[in-house]
Amino acid sequence: MTSAPIRTSPTGWSGRTIVTVVVTVFVLFFAIPLVWLLLATTKSARGLIVDNPFAPGSLSGLSTNWSQLFAFQDGAVTTWMGNSALYAVGALIITLVASIPAGYALALNEFRFRRLLLVLTLVVMLIPNTALVLPIFLELNAVGLIGSSLSVILPMSFFPFGVYLTYIYFSTAIPRDLLAAARIDGCREFQVFTRIALPLAAPIVALVAFFSFVQNWNNFFLPFVMLPSSDGYPVQVGLTSLLASTPAFNPSSAGAQSVQLPTLALATVVSVLPVLIVFLVSQRFLVAGMTAGGTKE
Amino acid sequence: MTMVDTARTAAAATGRAAKRPPARRGAAMSYGFVSLYAVLTLAFGILPALYALYLAFTDGEGGFAGLANFSKVVGDFRFWPAVTHVALYLVIWLVALVVLVTLLAVVVHAIRVRWLSRTLRFVFYLPGALAGASSVMLWLFVLDPTASPVGGLLRLLGFDSFVQVIVPGNLPVVFAIIAFWTGAGGWIVIMYGALNNISAEVIEAARVDGANAVQIAWRIQIPMLRKWISYMGIMSLAAGTQLFVEPQLLSQASNAVVPNDYSLNQLAYQYAFQQNDFNGAAAISLLLLVIALALSAVFVTRGGLFERD
Repeated sequence: MTSAPIRTSPTGWSGRTIVTVVVTVFVLFFAIPLVWLLLATTKSARGLIVDNPFAPGSLSGLSTNWSQLFAFQDGAVTTWMGNSALYAVGALIITLVASIPAGYALALNEFRFRRLLLVLTLVVMLIPNTALVLPIFLELNAVGLIGSSLSVILPMSFFPFGVYLTYIYFSTAIPRDLLAAARIDGCREFQVFTRIALPLAAPIVALVAFFSFVQNWNNFFLPFVMLPSSDGYPVQVGLTSLLASTPAFNPSSAGAQSVQLPTLALATVVSVLPVLIVFLVSQRFLVAGMTAGGTKE
Repeated sequence: MTMVDTARTAAAATGRAAKRPPARRGAAMSYGFVSLYAVLTLAFGILPALYALYLAFTDGEGGFAGLANFSKVVGDFRFWPAVTHVALYLVIWLVALVVLVTLLAVVVHAIRVRWLSRTLRFVFYLPGALAGASSVMLWLFVLDPTASPVGGLLRLLGFDSFVQVIVPGNLPVVFAIIAFWTGAGGWIVIMYGALNNISAEVIEAARVDGANAVQIAWRIQIPMLRKWISYMGIMSLAAGTQLFVEPQLLSQASNAVVPNDYSLNQLAYQYAFQQNDFNGAAAISLLLLVIALALSAVFVTRGGLFERD
């Protein structure tokens, strides 16, 4: 690392030292918590406190923590993971069905309310999604939907950013001549979409799916507000139940159902495992500099 | 949350739409194509906002209440402390974000060894996978001196127990660190992409004129990033006003050493769920929504995200 050449003219030894120090400090800052968390899942409750923080535990430690975690409240963690999958995937499917055709029509056709819908998309996309959670709660409360899976899935599937991405993609990346040629060849409008545009849009469908899934899985505030009962929690909200049963943070919770720190660490890892896997798989496109190529006409 | 901010910026970068006007054809089919999305927009974008507006200006029985709900929540003894907490957190977080993200992007961009630059971006970006509750959980461990991997450092700074770490005075810094750890990587990747788009000739010309790396960064790269930096600032400001999950979990983990009405969103939650006062909750939500809308309007009118229109 010390010999990393600098792209601009070499500023000599001191410049490189500063770069090395800055980079090292931040690599440690970003990496230490993650590395430590993974190691903590393999330790015993005592080992976590007493041993060197970066000494790995043992596989038997991991399996003990695993069985403690999944025994919590008769397998509540399994239920929560299932709920998370249901909410995230359910909303993802509706998002794709709603956004891809919408982005296509907004980009390539002219119709009434088109501009209104575009402006609304942009405005809602730019406000933080938590800003509408309590208003949506109040609304769904008025129609008696609170507590059902739909109260989480439907608001999540409203994903203006997906429409925006699709809109930009169809506006810029699909040659209109190609679509025109398909029409001359006798394709009807709907076939133009399904046979020509959609296959060409595979990368953007994947991108929308990625962002939608990650956001849905990690969503905390919406399900926290909408779902009163533990049976319906997604795992992100379930973590709060585990936390409340951890004597190290909540001394009043010591009892039969108490959760040890390494188990809580394992719960944290398990709760993000699907997203972590998606991240690792998509590593290449994520760090390419997501704007790369974007401004090339 | 940060994940999507990241993506939004990515999209903003690609926001160079075609110049040709769209054809007017297949109007009926267009309505079919946008119908589901339009229904969702109506149900979960427009109607909740309107309903919150209605609730905020009415009383429990549905009669017009004028500004009574607003004066009630603003006069609440918990309101101004919550505003102060959120504001302090925002100042620390935004300054850290602007300074450090820019610095790290420039530094990573200057590293010419490709695998190293890639790896660094990935290490910075990976914590973004732990958004929301998971990243707060992780930081509960890191901030508890008995379990922490940096327990020595915490003790060196004079913190011997978890409760000492989370005294109210430290919380804005603690939340800023958590938010930075989770979200900074995404912005670094965005800035890196933007730096890639600065033409090599400009940099080369500066180098021929004798500028060193620091001067190039300060005089050329950072000014050309200004649009991105302000975008990051606006989006983060809007997101930061919504602070909820961090103090909520910390409040639970600390046996209420951290109050459960620390932030504005928490206060709105308290109104709705502890006091059953939906009108008061709607008033706070509306205030937060107006802030978010105003910030997004700044960007919509000045950012050119739909250049075609």
